[in-house]
Amino acid sequence: MKDAQLINQTEAYLRGEFSPAECAAFELLCKENPEVQQQVNAHKELMSLLAAYGERQRLQHAMDLIHEQIDVVSLKNDLIPTSANVIQLWKRYRANFAIAATVAITAVFGTLLFSGYFADHSSYYSALRREINSIKRSQNVLAKNINSKKGIANPGVFGGTGFALTANGYLATNYHVIKGADSVYIQNAAGDTYKVKTVFVQPDYDIAILQIVDPAFDSFANLPYAFKKTDSDLGEDVFTLGFPRDEQVYGKGYLSAKTGFAGDTVSYQISIPVNPGNSGGPLLDSKGNVIGIISGKQTRTDGAAFAIKTNYLLKSLEAIPEADLDRNLSLNAKNSISSLNRKEQLKKIQDYVFMVRVY
Amino acid sequence: MRNKINSSIPADNNLIQGIRDGATNSLDSLYTAYFPMILQLVLHNNGNEDDAKDIFQEAVIVLYTKITTENFELKSKLKTYIYAVCRHLWLKKLNQNSRFSAQTYELESVADVEIDLEQHEEKNEQFKLMQHALGQLGEPCRTIIEEFYLNNRSMQEICEQFGYTNADNAKTQKYKCLQRLKKLFFKDEGLEL
Repeated sequence: MKDAQLINQTEAYLRGEFSPAECAAFELLCKENPEVQQQVNAHKELMSLLAAYGERQRLQHAMDLIHEQIDVVSLKNDLIPTSANVIQLWKRYRANFAIAATVAITAVFGTLLFSGYFADHSSYYSALRREINSIKRSQNVLAKNINSKKGIANPGVFGGTGFALTANGYLATNYHVIKGADSVYIQNAAGDTYKVKTVFVQPDYDIAILQIVDPAFDSFANLPYAFKKTDSDLGEDVFTLGFPRDEQVYGKGYLSAKTGFAGDTVSYQISIPVNPGNSGGPLLDSKGNVIGIISGKQTRTDGAAFAIKTNYLLKSLEAIPEADLDRNLSLNAKNSISSLNRKEQLKKIQDYVFMVRVY
Repeated sequence: MRNKINSSIPADNNLIQGIRDGATNSLDSLYTAYFPMILQLVLHNNGNEDDAKDIFQEAVIVLYTKITTENFELKSKLKTYIYAVCRHLWLKKLNQNSRFSAQTYELESVADVEIDLEQHEEKNEQFKLMQHALGQLGEPCRTIIEEFYLNNRSMQEICEQFGYTNADNAKTQKYKCLQRLKKLFFKDEGLEL
């Protein structure tokens, strides 16, 4: 039991239980035996570790006692104005929220973008105003005009179609045909040109009312066609005359839907071959009643053209201020071509359909 | 119930002297004076009051160790020191726990604090091992060891407490217990380190 004795002696020495004589003897023993010295040091270390551990535990215990006396809950409430659970959740997970939201938004808009949702849908609609781009030809015409008769000072830039509303010189065409015009002239199939002025425009319906102001003009013969005030039915045979080129062109088709582009209730959808330049032309049913004004067609879709309903033409006429009218504007109600065949009808109508030239 | 917490923050020197002398009321006033500050720090940084308690007590232990070592020298104010230690400890804990948030908190280096904390950590490791070893020791060995070595009681007192007929028997028993403790402790240490 030499080891046990040594440990007991070490402890007694370290705790100061030895008398001075015993201390000296023990120190001497250590000095003479390095082995003993080593053991003593090891034990000393262990003892101090244990003592420190005890001290730590006492400190911890003391602090726990103190902590128990502190009212942590009320202290906490003082320090933090109560924030609701939702806010705490928000604080904790807001980074996650942000990422999730970003992913969602990117996915949604990315899908929409790639599926072409943001492509400009209005580009599918093309107003049928003709751009007259053959400058050379225009100049030739111009030169001829100067030499021959009353002429036009500069070549037309845009063209459309218009048709007579009354015998005394009122005409209808599309607003988009004469939009931004300096001056507007009309030319009939025979080549006679008249100067017109814009009496009234209704951009919402794409309708413009013109009046011939040329001194050479007096009046037409009575109009052969009438204006149908009620809506026409699906499948109605329709035809039109217009100026997609410098020559009057006949087109035939049928009424295919009661609404126009993207559900526009102002127009009919018609299946009829029309081209730039047809804008503003009359749309007639088989009896020769005007049921609409050709206004545009849908690009990238076959056989979908659009015509403004006569109803809205009538509304526009009613909206014209009285003061702007220096002649009587009352529509012809008598149809004199209803019993004729198509060729005869066209012969009658063609004098009342004009090319509209815009400068 | 102590609501007038901030009313009396004692002077640093008095506190330090008091703690060194082992006065309980010094520890008490240190605790009540600075705990609210740390509670606030932790609560405002995704923690709860239990976290605050752990962090603050650890800081007090670090401070206590520093104060009771002989070559003690506090270069900053007590409040600053405690705050720095707590902040350091808490940010470290946050970084360990940050599974969700990718943000890492920068541990600004207060050299003073870092050295103290390193030593503290080392000690903590040893204490953990000791706690484990003592836990495995079993009764009555554990109590004998704790009374003698931790609480510094004399062999005589232990004899009376355990009803040993003479001090030699008690000493033999204590020796056996100590040997077992050493075995457990150094085995653990060998495993862990």
